[in-house]
Amino acid sequence: MTIDCLVLGAGQEVGKSCVVVTINGKRIMFDCGMHMGYLDHRRYPDFSRISASRDYNTVLSCVIITHFHLDHIGALPYFTEVCGYNGPIYMTFPTMALAPLMLEDYRKVMVDRRGEAEQFSNDHIMECMKKVIPVDLKQTIQVDEDLQIRAYYAGHVLGAAMFYAKVGDAAMVYTGDYNMTPDRHLGAAQIDRMQLDLLITESTYATTIRDSKYGREREFLKAVHNCVASGGKVLIPTFALGRAQELCILLDDYWERMNLKIPIYFSAGLTVQANMYYKMLISWTSQKVKETYTTRNAFDFKNVQKFDRSMIDAPGPCVLFATPGMISGGFSLEVFKRWAPSKLNLITLPGYCVAGTIGHKLMSGKPTKIDLDKDTQIDVQCQIHQLAFSPHTDSKGIMDLVKFLSPKHVILVHGEKPKMVTLKERIHSELGIPCHDPANNETVSISSTLSIKAESSSTFIQSCSTPNFKFLKRNLNDKINSKELSSKEGGTSSMFTRRRSNPHVKHLNRNLDEKFDSSLSCGPELEVSDDRVNEGILVMEKGKKTKVVHQDELLLLLGEQEHEVRFANCSPIYFGSLDDTHVMDCISRKSLWLSQLSSKLSSELSDRNVQNFGEYLQVESFTLSICSKESCPYRTTNRIENESAAAFYCCSWLVTDEVLAWQIISILEKHDLSST
Amino acid sequence: MEFTCLSRGGFFYFPPCHMLEVCGFRIQFDCPMDFSALPIFSPVPLDFDVISDEELSTHPGNGSFNLENVSEEKIEKPLDVGSLIKAEPWYKIIKNLRLWNLSFTDIVLISSPMGMLGLPFLTRQKGFSAKIYATEATARLGKMMMDDLVAMHMEFKQFYGSEDDATPQWMRQEELELLHHALKEVAFGQDEADLGGWMPMYSAADVKDCMKKVETVRYGEEACYNGALVIKALSCGLEIGACNWTINGPKRDIAYISSSIFSSSNAMNFDYLALQGETIIYSDFSSVESMNDILNDTSGSLTENLMALSRNEETLANLLSDPAESVGESEKLSFICSCAIQSVESGGSVLIPINRLGVTLQLLEQISASLDCSNLKVPIYLISSVAEELLALANVIPEWLCKQRQEKLFSGEPMFAFVDLLKEKKLHAFPAVHSPKLLINWQEPCVVFCPHWSLRLGPVVHLLRRWCGDPSSLLVLEKGLDAELALLPFRPMSMKVLQCAFLSGIKLDKVRPLLKVLQPKVVMLPENLSRLINTNTESCTVFSYSEGETLRVPNLKDSLELEIAPDLAMSFCWRKLQQGNIDIARLKGELSLNCGKFKLFPENAHVATDQRPLIHWGQPDLKKLLNVLSKMGIEGSLQQSDAESSNVGVIRIHDPTEAVIEIQDSRTIISVADKTLCARIFDAVDSILNGV
Repeated sequence: MTIDCLVLGAGQEVGKSCVVVTINGKRIMFDCGMHMGYLDHRRYPDFSRISASRDYNTVLSCVIITHFHLDHIGALPYFTEVCGYNGPIYMTFPTMALAPLMLEDYRKVMVDRRGEAEQFSNDHIMECMKKVIPVDLKQTIQVDEDLQIRAYYAGHVLGAAMFYAKVGDAAMVYTGDYNMTPDRHLGAAQIDRMQLDLLITESTYATTIRDSKYGREREFLKAVHNCVASGGKVLIPTFALGRAQELCILLDDYWERMNLKIPIYFSAGLTVQANMYYKMLISWTSQKVKETYTTRNAFDFKNVQKFDRSMIDAPGPCVLFATPGMISGGFSLEVFKRWAPSKLNLITLPGYCVAGTIGHKLMSGKPTKIDLDKDTQIDVQCQIHQLAFSPHTDSKGIMDLVKFLSPKHVILVHGEKPKMVTLKERIHSELGIPCHDPANNETVSISSTLSIKAESSSTFIQSCSTPNFKFLKRNLNDKINSKELSSKEGGTSSMFTRRRSNPHVKHLNRNLDEKFDSSLSCGPELEVSDDRVNEGILVMEKGKKTKVVHQDELLLLLGEQEHEVRFANCSPIYFGSLDDTHVMDCISRKSLWLSQLSSKLSSELSDRNVQNFGEYLQVESFTLSICSKESCPYRTTNRIENESAAAFYCCSWLVTDEVLAWQIISILEKHDLSST
Repeated sequence: MEFTCLSRGGFFYFPPCHMLEVCGFRIQFDCPMDFSALPIFSPVPLDFDVISDEELSTHPGNGSFNLENVSEEKIEKPLDVGSLIKAEPWYKIIKNLRLWNLSFTDIVLISSPMGMLGLPFLTRQKGFSAKIYATEATARLGKMMMDDLVAMHMEFKQFYGSEDDATPQWMRQEELELLHHALKEVAFGQDEADLGGWMPMYSAADVKDCMKKVETVRYGEEACYNGALVIKALSCGLEIGACNWTINGPKRDIAYISSSIFSSSNAMNFDYLALQGETIIYSDFSSVESMNDILNDTSGSLTENLMALSRNEETLANLLSDPAESVGESEKLSFICSCAIQSVESGGSVLIPINRLGVTLQLLEQISASLDCSNLKVPIYLISSVAEELLALANVIPEWLCKQRQEKLFSGEPMFAFVDLLKEKKLHAFPAVHSPKLLINWQEPCVVFCPHWSLRLGPVVHLLRRWCGDPSSLLVLEKGLDAELALLPFRPMSMKVLQCAFLSGIKLDKVRPLLKVLQPKVVMLPENLSRLINTNTESCTVFSYSEGETLRVPNLKDSLELEIAPDLAMSFCWRKLQQGNIDIARLKGELSLNCGKFKLFPENAHVATDQRPLIHWGQPDLKKLLNVLSKMGIEGSLQQSDAESSNVGVIRIHDPTEAVIEIQDSRTIISVADKTLCARIFDAVDSILNGV
């Protein structure tokens, strides 16, 4: 079985995220984004590669959208309404609520202001959204009989989610964009540890490591404050959703603290409406914002007012949030044209701007003039502040996530090629996980897990879960050793390895002698281990389900009689002369010898339990008795040198204890009690 | 699996409570509070005069009250206000719960906010260590209701002064003797034997502590308990956040159906298709409770029902999501609205002590709409210590609401009308009747929503005292409450009383179609219900249960599913058996139980060196054995056996050293002094036997 991963967008670039994954025959499209930097056919993913006949409904099981950013959802109305995809589309509640705003905003910018022919209409957006099924976090959704999906909190923007998909035994996670550190209004990404064959992760900041965010937030506030204090205007071009709310919480809070009265404006009704959505979706924000919503909803901004177009040239300082971000056109461009020539004014730019936008031009170097088109040139005199915080995870966060999930394969998307290569090497060398960074329209195939299913008898399961305690006495010399061992055990159990049913060996160190002699603590220590026997027999019969049974059940299942194979041996052994002891009868002599042997073996085999049953000794399946027969069939040597001090012992064992048996026999061979 | 119904509950505010033992775990379903005995207490008196007055009011009460206590040997005075206990009330937990050692409970599953109210009684006990699961919305609503209860109860505490934890005065035997027999019956059961289960009210700290122990889940989220059980909450439509449960273990899949509503106008609809499992515990008593009302027309609906059953599955689904149910409900609500409008028009006020969030929110919308229609400027008050919190919560939980409400979110409107009503100052939320803001704003006539439905606690007591004499005012009560007793302290009542039953479960005629759709193998039905619906024709096994009895349900699965990791499967050494097409292999690995599934992983510790068969069967052929031995370079000869022990064959080995192989019917004994030869002979024996 394989997982095929066709990257239609965001392969070695940022923009038009779209990955089509085929797991065990089920095909899922993750994200359906558009590229902000292109205006031609390159702005959309090349959908024809999914199906040459363009019959998307039969080839795709579902479409999953991770969040409402245009580079993740921008092509969706086009795909459903123009290309004709009719199947299920999954996204989280906030994404479903906010996506139409985002799409409509973008469509307006394209059509109304740039005068382009529209790719999709407002009706298309509405029709498209009707096909969407909203999902809640952690909810397991059965798309069809075999395909299961689940959303996890990603923290990037409101409603951003990572998606887990599972078909049969093969499982994968597509992260979308995520943030591993909480910000003003959103929490950090959260996911369960699972067995994954594949992880597809974003890698926007593949090589960057960021420090604390608060310093950079202060920087931003200071820059804004300085600007308005000297009478300048601050333009914050953002998208309607996400960053705008985060910065607004930041500014609103700062205004309150500093008791500032300078107006903060939101450019259009759009953003104000977005705030209302944020208020209703407050359970998707960070813990802190959530906890306080009853007393005061964090998205009830006190100092924020609506902005009117006529106020662009009004005198006096102000702060303005205008859409779209990256100054790619629309109202933010209009304001930028007016405000850029003044040295007093400030433009703040997000951490990342797509190539081809004015934002990108402003960030690369310090231009004093920007050519808008061949007729228009803008004189740029204003200050420029680049926001150094971004709702994307940094390279440490990516590494942490990969390490946490420990998938069998990693695919990197949504990043810049050279940085991705570096990260790819790191994942491969540091974590030992094969990693790929396919370019657009490339397919990566990996093998997927297929575990074998069998029917298991309850006896087998019971035998596996029955504790099998062993009590070992340890000498002082071993004490240090055992302590080392236990600390090691502790180390591994606290590490996040696969959960196992077997509890690790437990050590109970008891110093028995402590009571009597505290200075000489050489008493035996007790070590308890629980080595569970997980042994069974797999039976495969043609035309029947594979079965796992316990050893004892096998013969019953097969209808056979057991044939025991034992080993036996009868050898001479020398005991001390019995002259000095009282004359004893045969039986008591035997039991004396047995107890002598018993104590000898106990001391030699410290980790075994030697049992004396009077008639015979037993260690595991090994039994030993004093043989008084004239001619034992198992006797291999009949010679005895000193008959008064010697006897024969007869022993028998099973193949399981072969090693042990030979060990005991060699002990007994060397044994000469007459010397002691 | 063992199932014990601890309490069948009664109506909406008192959900059933059960105990289930499955896969070695003990699971408790719901932990409601039993309010049935609360009416024996007097509501907080107006002032101390009332107490002294009470001594004087020994004369027969109001003529309207005629209890048939003539048959009593001792002629008792009729039940009146004075009969009620004037003390800080105690509350009851499920009486059967006391028979169980709570420290052995592993899991508590909470299905609705109402099923949570008794939880602090449990969690404050020593030794309680179970994991409590509830949906996020249930937990939040439940906490608010508990906080509200504590706050309302505080009024008693303040009035009577705080008593120490000792048994209160009224509970003493001699005091109880004096209690009116009607009250005794309510409080202690018909045989007056039920004396236990009384608890003093929990504190706010108890509630807080209890909430810390609650694990919240979302609809459809898989919670894995101890690796063995996968527990999932699924919407049931009864109330926002209320749920049914599925429990999947290695041995059994169980679906627990609590009171459910197919199409709700607030909460997310009953997600019944997700409950397809082999075992169903049916715990919706609502149809049994309201049996009396419909007993007459069941025969009709059942035949109709049978007709429906013969149709295909699609029609079944249609039958279940039949809109008639919700139409009936909205008719009920409009009727209440019209009554409310009448009262308001005639200058009276409307008091609605209903603690169902869903019904409250809907009535709020409908009444305000009707008021607008009739052009009445009448304020609506929501009075509760958690009123504001409740409204704030309702507007931020779209994930828990029905489709229609969610649509509103997606089209950018507030999900409930109260958001606008609050803005327009048509609706006011106040924490208490004496809050200063309320006093400034107060206008009559008005419409008031407030707790508590028992008419003993909270703002309703004060408002009822104010309006009980006003014939144009209206009190809306829910069915299931003993109105006679509940209204006793407010006699004489001139106020109009409207008592109505809201839909609070699966209707009787839908039970069979539902089971038909779910196709379980085993169904556990309440005894009364299984008698009502003819279950003989079902393909599944039906067990009926009754309160206080333990039901044993035999296991269906004889074997368990085991997954073997692919890397382990690679390492098997297969042996083909001489007989048939059977391959066998010895299996060694580490067993793990995760998410209710057994999995076998390779052992990481030591790789098994050459594996030798440990168990053998079959009959060894001596000649064959000699052959094999000689091929291995071991020479021996068959010793002629003695006549009597003909079933023992002995092979004597002389080369390379001496050895003996003794072969009996069911046993072979190898006796060699040399270790390596011993192993080789074993291999030879092994090759002529079957073994693994």
